[in-house]
Amino acid sequence: MKLTFTAAVAAIFAAGAASAATEITWWHAMGGELGTKLEQIVAAYNASQTEYHVTPVYKGSYAETMTAAIAAFRAGQQPDIVQVFEVGTGTMMAAKGAVYPVYQLMKDAGEPFDPKAFLPAVVGYYTDTDGNMLSMPFNSSTPILYYNKDVFKKAGLDPEAPPKTWAELAADSKKIIDSGAAKCGFTSGWISWVQTENFSAWHNQPIGTLQNGFGGLATELEFGKDAPLVKHWADLAEWQKSGIFQYGGPGGGNDAPPKFYSQECAIYMNSSASLAGVVANAKDFTVGYGMMPYDDSVKGAPQNSIIGGATLWVLQGKSAAEYKGVANFFTYLSSPAVQADWHQFSGYLPITQAAYDLGKSQGYYDKHPGTDVGIKEITLNPPTENSKGLRFGNYVQIRDVIDQEFQALLAGSETAQEALDKVDTRGNQLLRDFESANK
Amino acid sequence: MTRSTFNHRLLPWVLLAPQLAVTAVFFLWPAGQAFWQSFLRQDPFGLKTTFVGLGNYAALLADPYYRSALWVTAEFSVATAALSLGTGLILALALERTLRMQRWYTTLLVWPYAVAPAISGVLWWFLFNPSIGILPWLLKGLGYHWDHGLKSGDAMVLVVIAASWKQVSYNFLFFVAGLSAIPASLYEAAAIDSAGPVRRFFTITLPLLAPTGFFLVVVNLVYTMFDTFAVIDATTKGGPGQSTTILVYKVYQDGFVGLNLGSSAAQSVILMGIVVLLTVIQFRVVERKVEY
Repeated sequence: MKLTFTAAVAAIFAAGAASAATEITWWHAMGGELGTKLEQIVAAYNASQTEYHVTPVYKGSYAETMTAAIAAFRAGQQPDIVQVFEVGTGTMMAAKGAVYPVYQLMKDAGEPFDPKAFLPAVVGYYTDTDGNMLSMPFNSSTPILYYNKDVFKKAGLDPEAPPKTWAELAADSKKIIDSGAAKCGFTSGWISWVQTENFSAWHNQPIGTLQNGFGGLATELEFGKDAPLVKHWADLAEWQKSGIFQYGGPGGGNDAPPKFYSQECAIYMNSSASLAGVVANAKDFTVGYGMMPYDDSVKGAPQNSIIGGATLWVLQGKSAAEYKGVANFFTYLSSPAVQADWHQFSGYLPITQAAYDLGKSQGYYDKHPGTDVGIKEITLNPPTENSKGLRFGNYVQIRDVIDQEFQALLAGSETAQEALDKVDTRGNQLLRDFESANK
Repeated sequence: MTRSTFNHRLLPWVLLAPQLAVTAVFFLWPAGQAFWQSFLRQDPFGLKTTFVGLGNYAALLADPYYRSALWVTAEFSVATAALSLGTGLILALALERTLRMQRWYTTLLVWPYAVAPAISGVLWWFLFNPSIGILPWLLKGLGYHWDHGLKSGDAMVLVVIAASWKQVSYNFLFFVAGLSAIPASLYEAAAIDSAGPVRRFFTITLPLLAPTGFFLVVVNLVYTMFDTFAVIDATTKGGPGQSTTILVYKVYQDGFVGLNLGSSAAQSVILMGIVVLLTVIQFRVVERKVEY
């Protein structure tokens, strides 16, 4: 009798333990199809083991997700994991008491973790000056060039040869407009990220002191001293007047994709993760892919492009059991199978060499040309101080400043030099605010 | 004979308590926190806090973009109030002259008031969208190239129209009520004295509508200053440059996007001061001096 009782109690405890898997929350900013895919990935993890249960919560845009997590942290209600976009990196890194660095987490939890397995251009953005990885890369992308092959053919251009340099791009655009094949040469998403930060990295030019901010909070912006960039902005303003370039709006540039989809513009530059949208919307024409153009008068160009996208940050204040689960989940997330699947579905870069190799052995890139342009760009050359990324505090606002000054340039109220100088003065003000708040 | 009064000293307080509690929790406490926060400089996570005194205020007043936001707000609220009051008044006067279907017109004209600001913003954003909107297309026919993405004047016109649209309904309704309160006998007497419609409008309608009008001016100013966040966010996001960044939008930009809570709190305190000022003006000046 007694024995059965003990057995019953033991059974209850066992059942309790099984159902009470450690709960882990993950706040993310992936809406639409990406969100559905993310939930599938998490569901597969939850089904693969019984110890931990990860709950993904969609919190809106990147900025909203980050703000929500910070507000929650102040109220002691933070999630275990939060997805933060690359421009929030400076803010997260400075918050030493709030984040649990990933390298530390993996070590404490005893999970196998090799930072060298990740693509250097990806992790370089998220490591501290001692080479430690602070957050877990999840979705990284880089700008690439999309073009309309049909329009190229109509204009008498070789549809298999996208422009390699900016001079070629301007000449091709002129031909396209003059032949009536399309109304505009090119448009672009993300003026700040694509036509400014990446332009500088691609031409191996610094945009800030102290290794673009990697070296400390005392960094200062120097966009205005980047001569190729000043020339590029001036060209863009000139091209906007002659119709070669059409502005797609501030931030991500919401008006840019429709201009390409409707065949108004023949060429379109945006994130490699825009691929799915381009494929879905370019129904009436054939899309070609190319690397970002470069200015061949600049020595050393093209260097390598830098990434955008987001990484996963672990927040402080949770139990050791939860952190063990987070570490285990990260191992799963960065496994080649999961990474290759996510990369091939979304157009984000594979973040590990193994995931890239897996895609190659599957023959994915042969079947889907263009999907590896981004990887080729970020791995073109080993990253230099000017091309491993940027790390500035308050960078969300500095991006707004870049947009505002670019608009002033296009409206004709400032020259390219004046606009970029103003980005520096206004941006440096924000950098000093950040420095004094984090001292 | 004894007067029956409430002897209990506690009872009035008990009866007041719920309202006081609501005011304290939802107004005094957060307002007090904002006030205190406005003297601090903090990193976003609240890990490091420094007391900076009036530093945040000084930085704001020295910031040319904050001063420009003040101007933008003044321009925006005056233009929006004028447009929505004017249109509301014209519609109300037109309604008075309509003989049939007055109720129908009233109902239809009040409808937009039920539309959420964000939705009205998106509607106007569509109508004015340079690539797909119908209005830029029509304006092109007239030889005007509309682009609120780059031209700050166009952007201001867009936000003023979008913010006025739903407020027209509100003003219209008050003007209709105000007009119906004017006795018909005054008009008849004036008509007998051979005053024409224009003269009747300026000597009878306008003075008798003045109290309604002044009340609406204050309500509209408060609306444009504090309630138009969604309209701006859905149409221009404060751009191009900062040409449509009004004070409320800047509080959001600096506080919620930029996570600079000290400066954002100082801006809310200044805004709070403006509301208090407007309210005092309404009570002191308007309610006493408007005579007819």
